Amino acid sequence: MKEFLLIIRGGHDESEHRSPEEMQKHMQHWQRWMSGLAEEGKFVGGQPLKSEGKTIVEGGSRVIDRPLAEGKELVGGYLLIHADSLEDATNISKDCPGFEYNCSVEVREISPM
Amino acid sequence: MKEFMFLFKGGDEVWDSKSPEEQQKHMQHWQQWIDEMAQQEKFVGGERLYPHGNTIHTGSMKVIDRPLTESKELVGGYLVVKADTLDEATQMAKGCPGLLWESHVEVREIWPED
Amino acid sequence: MENNDNIDATLNHLFRQESGKMVAVLIKIFGTENIEIAEDVVQDALVSALETWKFRGMPDNPKAWLYRVARNRAIDIIRRKKHSKTIDFSDPKKQLLTSEYTLKTTMEDFWEENQVQDDFLGMMYSCCHPDISQENQITFILKVLCGFSTKEVAKSFLTSEDTISKRLYRTKEYFRKHKIRPEIPSQSAINQRTSSVLSAIYLMFNEGYNSTHTNQLIRKDLIRQAILLCQSLLSSEQTQLPEVYALMALMCFHSARLDSRVTAEGSIILLSAQDRSKWDHELIHSGQDYLNKASFGSTLTTYHLEAAIAYQHCCAECYENTNWNKILEYYNVLLNIADDPIVFLNKCLVILELQGPKEALLALEGIKKNKLLEKYYLYHATLGEIHLRLSNHSLSLAHYDKAIRLTQSKSEKRFLKDKISSYK
Repeated sequence: MKEFLLIIRGGHDESEHRSPEEMQKHMQHWQRWMSGLAEEGKFVGGQPLKSEGKTIVEGGSRVIDRPLAEGKELVGGYLLIHADSLEDATNISKDCPGFEYNCSVEVREISPM
Repeated sequence: MKEFMFLFKGGDEVWDSKSPEEQQKHMQHWQQWIDEMAQQEKFVGGERLYPHGNTIHTGSMKVIDRPLTESKELVGGYLVVKADTLDEATQMAKGCPGLLWESHVEVREIWPED
Repeated sequence: MENNDNIDATLNHLFRQESGKMVAVLIKIFGTENIEIAEDVVQDALVSALETWKFRGMPDNPKAWLYRVARNRAIDIIRRKKHSKTIDFSDPKKQLLTSEYTLKTTMEDFWEENQVQDDFLGMMYSCCHPDISQENQITFILKVLCGFSTKEVAKSFLTSEDTISKRLYRTKEYFRKHKIRPEIPSQSAINQRTSSVLSAIYLMFNEGYNSTHTNQLIRKDLIRQAILLCQSLLSSEQTQLPEVYALMALMCFHSARLDSRVTAEGSIILLSAQDRSKWDHELIHSGQDYLNKASFGSTLTTYHLEAAIAYQHCCAECYENTNWNKILEYYNVLLNIADDPIVFLNKCLVILELQGPKEALLALEGIKKNKLLEKYYLYHATLGEIHLRLSNHSLSLAHYDKAIRLTQSKSEKRFLKDKISSYK
């Protein structure tokens, strides 16, 4: 089995318009989806990210006070999963609850050094 | 202590232009940098990524056979580290050898810390 | 501002009722190798309740408040320790505790009402494993599942805190070494394993019921906890077994008579002299209900028979109306199940009532030279009584003397001395 990183992007604006109840329901979807993955031994790890951040550019000489990407391209979180192939990992990602909040998911294979 | 993610973006063109020996030496610098953080028990994990990938877009659920962002914005890898503040994490990220090869590093805090 | 005594009383009550359940859930989360972490979380919740409530008053739902604080504290600990080797997160369910996407919702799941009850029972079965000595079992139950402090457990056992700490350490080591995962045993093992749990509960009950303890508060606390534990077995379908109902009935009948057994000064009052109007008839009634429920199926345990005997005493309007024939019948069946010299001794006391001292002495001949009985004060007290009734005063005196030397209880000693002085 190979390891894949799912980069979850966008969705931040959407989540600000939801009620706490909707948020809670959404988090329960995450829980259901991820426990399915964990039961099958496919879940490795992952975290959501706060939207603020800093970007270090120009060889470390300059720090910008925000992530460079914004809106739809802003990385909102990541997951590490086990899958047989990029196709398999992509299929798994289609059930990601992030889509309920207009996220996109980029599926990338971990590379050996 | 909080947790932060470093996202390494861009720099692939520089990497591709280097010789295998130079690449190997560069990777040793990465190793030293990460090892230093690990010694201080600040390293949590991280991986390097293949440049290819798929993107699933919201709404249509259409699968496109490349990453969402490309070239300068392409995520090439990530690290998760521990630090007390965003500033401390940013300071740590400045040591990243990828910066010398035209990558940039995005520093983000893991959500949420109540 | 709330009355502080009221807060103390509520918290104390809540703690006895709920701390064991909270610890059980937390042990499930942190693993049996981290029982101390689980205990610390619950202790922290208690301390923070005490501080907050005294300052801001009692919340509307104190139990929910306590649970919420424990849950949040557990989340803090997981955030801090998710990368250390202390906690094993390899189980798929626990793995989700390591991601912020699922930490809170997964944590909520762990505290779901039915789940909590099952975890508590699972813990009870695990610590009543036959590999753990019975005194270690009860020590552990009192400390970890009943919210007793080490000091309180030591007082309950009339021993030192040091001894209790050692016993607790041994049990925790057992859990660590064998990587025990608390769970309710499967259908095929449940009867056998329940029998260990019941004997621990009954021993705990007797520890409280027995007059070796002079401290009334401790005695009542032990009795209440034993009944609570038995009740929790009855609240789950898997463990609603006839023998559990039988023990519950037995404990109801016994505790119904608790207050009439001793005088205000702590002296023993014999059954024949007890004020039966002081008996708790509501408890006797509950006991009857439990005894009825205990009679489904074909299981007949010592608890059934002991409960049936206790019931005969409870339902007699006065001592003279006791149905000794029925009781003797039960003793005979009881001896068929458990060939126990102490049960036999009790049967001889029934014979004494029913057929007089000669017959009783004759029956006792049957168990002469039993080493266990030789050291048992009640055996000598019985012989003292029999010889007294047969007017063998010197023999009677010798046995009573021996009984006095053998009992630990001050009130027993006083009772026997009074007896002698009445005819000396």
